[in-house]
Amino acid sequence: MSTLTEAAVESAVRELTYAEAIREALAIAMEADERVFLFGEDVGVYGGAFGVSGDLVHRFGTERVIDTPISELGIAGAAVGAAITGMKPVLEIQFSDFVTLAMEQIVNQAAKIRFMFGGKAKVPMVVRLPGGSGTGAAAQHSQSLEAWFAHVPGLKVIQPSSPHDAKGMLLSAIDDPNPVLIFEHKLLYKTKGHVPEGDYRVPIGKAAVRREGRDLTIVGSSIMAVRTAAAAQKLAEEGIDAEVIDLRSLRPIDFDTIAASVRKTHRLMVVYEGVKTMGIGAEISAMIAESDAFDFLDAPIVRLGGAEVPLPYNPVLEKAAVPQEEDILAAARRLARGDA
Amino acid sequence: MKADTDTSARRPNQRPELAAIDDETMRGVLRKMHLIRKFEEAAEASYMRGLIHGTMHLSIGQEASAVGATLALMDEDYILSTHRGHGHCIAKGAEPARMFAEFFGKENGYCRGRGGSMHIADVDGGNLGANGIVGGGLPIAVGVGMSIKAQKLDRVAVVFFGDGASNEGAFHEALNMASIWKLPILFVCENNKYGMSMDIGRAMAVPNVADRAVAYAMPGVVVDGNDLPAVAAVAREAAERARAGGGPTLIECKTYRLRGHSKSDRNLYRTKEEIEEWRSRCPIRRLEAELTAHERFTPEALMTIEEAAQAEIDAALDFAKASPDPDPKDLTRDVYAD
Ligand SMILES: Cc1ncc(C[n+]2csc(CCOP(=O)(O)OP(=O)(O)O)c2C)c(N)n1
Ligand SMILES: [Mg+2]
Repeated sequence: MSTLTEAAVESAVRELTYAEAIREALAIAMEADERVFLFGEDVGVYGGAFGVSGDLVHRFGTERVIDTPISELGIAGAAVGAAITGMKPVLEIQFSDFVTLAMEQIVNQAAKIRFMFGGKAKVPMVVRLPGGSGTGAAAQHSQSLEAWFAHVPGLKVIQPSSPHDAKGMLLSAIDDPNPVLIFEHKLLYKTKGHVPEGDYRVPIGKAAVRREGRDLTIVGSSIMAVRTAAAAQKLAEEGIDAEVIDLRSLRPIDFDTIAASVRKTHRLMVVYEGVKTMGIGAEISAMIAESDAFDFLDAPIVRLGGAEVPLPYNPVLEKAAVPQEEDILAAARRLARGDA
Repeated sequence: MKADTDTSARRPNQRPELAAIDDETMRGVLRKMHLIRKFEEAAEASYMRGLIHGTMHLSIGQEASAVGATLALMDEDYILSTHRGHGHCIAKGAEPARMFAEFFGKENGYCRGRGGSMHIADVDGGNLGANGIVGGGLPIAVGVGMSIKAQKLDRVAVVFFGDGASNEGAFHEALNMASIWKLPILFVCENNKYGMSMDIGRAMAVPNVADRAVAYAMPGVVVDGNDLPAVAAVAREAAERARAGGGPTLIECKTYRLRGHSKSDRNLYRTKEEIEEWRSRCPIRRLEAELTAHERFTPEALMTIEEAAQAEIDAALDFAKASPDPDPKDLTRDVYAD
């Protein structure tokens, strides 16, 4: 203990919000590499709809923190064009729902250019997407569309759950020579956590085991990893020993970590905010069913996903539409006790 | 630089657009126009004989806009092309042999056979790709323009698109951004009267695509797209303005595709008479006639250029046919960069 310098102690306890962590990553990347720039609707003096870009325009100027017209398709295409000609754009889509207007450029162009051109181009762009429900923003401002993009070869899709990972994964994403979509849950922006100073990386494509356990495996990412970790704490008090996996990346997915856990716990539950059917839960379940880990299962897999409904406005309905901590607890109890 | 044998200056009665293109350059222009025409005729014949699969969109009749709009470009300048992009690709300097190889799906094609006719790109040559999505290149051009500006490069980007593409939302978003940020872009609309079967008169309420430039406070110029010197003059001026920081220009080349939209077109939406009338305005023959009238080239000299282009295409086709197919074990290669 006495060997720790004061600065190191400070750094070890330093806490930032998720939004601050992202801003810090952007600042580090822009400081280190002139090719990096941030653009999007109201990212300049306004500081971003969720305050993520904050004061960056004052630090880096309007040439590198660029306010754009309300043109989601256009700005997504501009990111592609800048990326294939030597820049490293970071694009903010104000609410992830609006990415529906930019699907063309992300899915048809960004994801496919390298392949279609026979490997002759790179598309090093990052798209930041504030998403998820819980803010009363209703059906067109609350969706979780990440699974759509995880279906597209050529894209990478990440969903960090903590300030620490948000910073480290965004830095990895900016460095990645491929298009990376980072889904940032709006409810996480104000959550605080330890964030080291300086540049560090959290790799894309690696899940994190947040809690080791023997009785069941619960997989989630983004805010569901947070809710799952909290639920696991309570389950432990009840004598249920849950292993918690924070998926972090959807594409590429770290299936090995999930399979290894299932071989150990023999029970699997997947928790995600996106609509339950045809989503992340289906994919992970199918991957298990196709693998030798299937033989280790002692109970059917449980998918805990969003309800089959557009996100409602009323706060009670809104909560009911996506898995909450109580839902995770109840489902985990049923699964662990064998009455799933 | 004009060669000693250059006769262009000695012909006083030429219009300035024609006189502006010296003989050496004109030889290159004619070569490229013939290469495009013959590339596409050979592509069509290969398709008819069942040698290739997939689809293709021929630009026969539109050669002047492709070659004219790119004449003022340097190697390091960029173009973005369309589904009807063979002409743009050749005009920017691509090798027909590697284009044919791509068309045939071969490993040594420009895109290793992964792209085909609709996605030919020659990134090293500044061609950032044909595009299967109507209007797809327009927003990408904005990013290219941002990139040029941010890196303080002395470059311009030419983005080709059709009359049909100008009805996409992408058109509006792209032109607006290019204008507010004064980006060095030439928006070159090849208005061939139809988007597939849809007549422009039924698809848009203004008579000219260029009229829309008003909405973006950028110059909008209508030019006879089958008149190579005229297209080249308009594009040169726009490129100079773009390089000088004057921002983008919308250029509308009025032209016509003599072939159907793609392989399945039965021409039910247009008349034989209309097609024949436009055939008589063939941009290549028109240019040749003007050049011989001004005695800048003899018919024999022109024939030599055309024959050389044919020989180049024949050799290119042989190259493609003899090229290796991709190996299926490489199927998932190049989805991601390392
Ligand atoms: C977004 C989109 N919509 C429709 C199509 C199908 N399509 C391909 S080319 C074409 C016509 C395009 O017309 P225009 O832009 O005038 O170009 P032209 O074919 O005349 O060169 C259509 C409808 C497509 N490829 N992409
Ligand atoms: Mg058309």
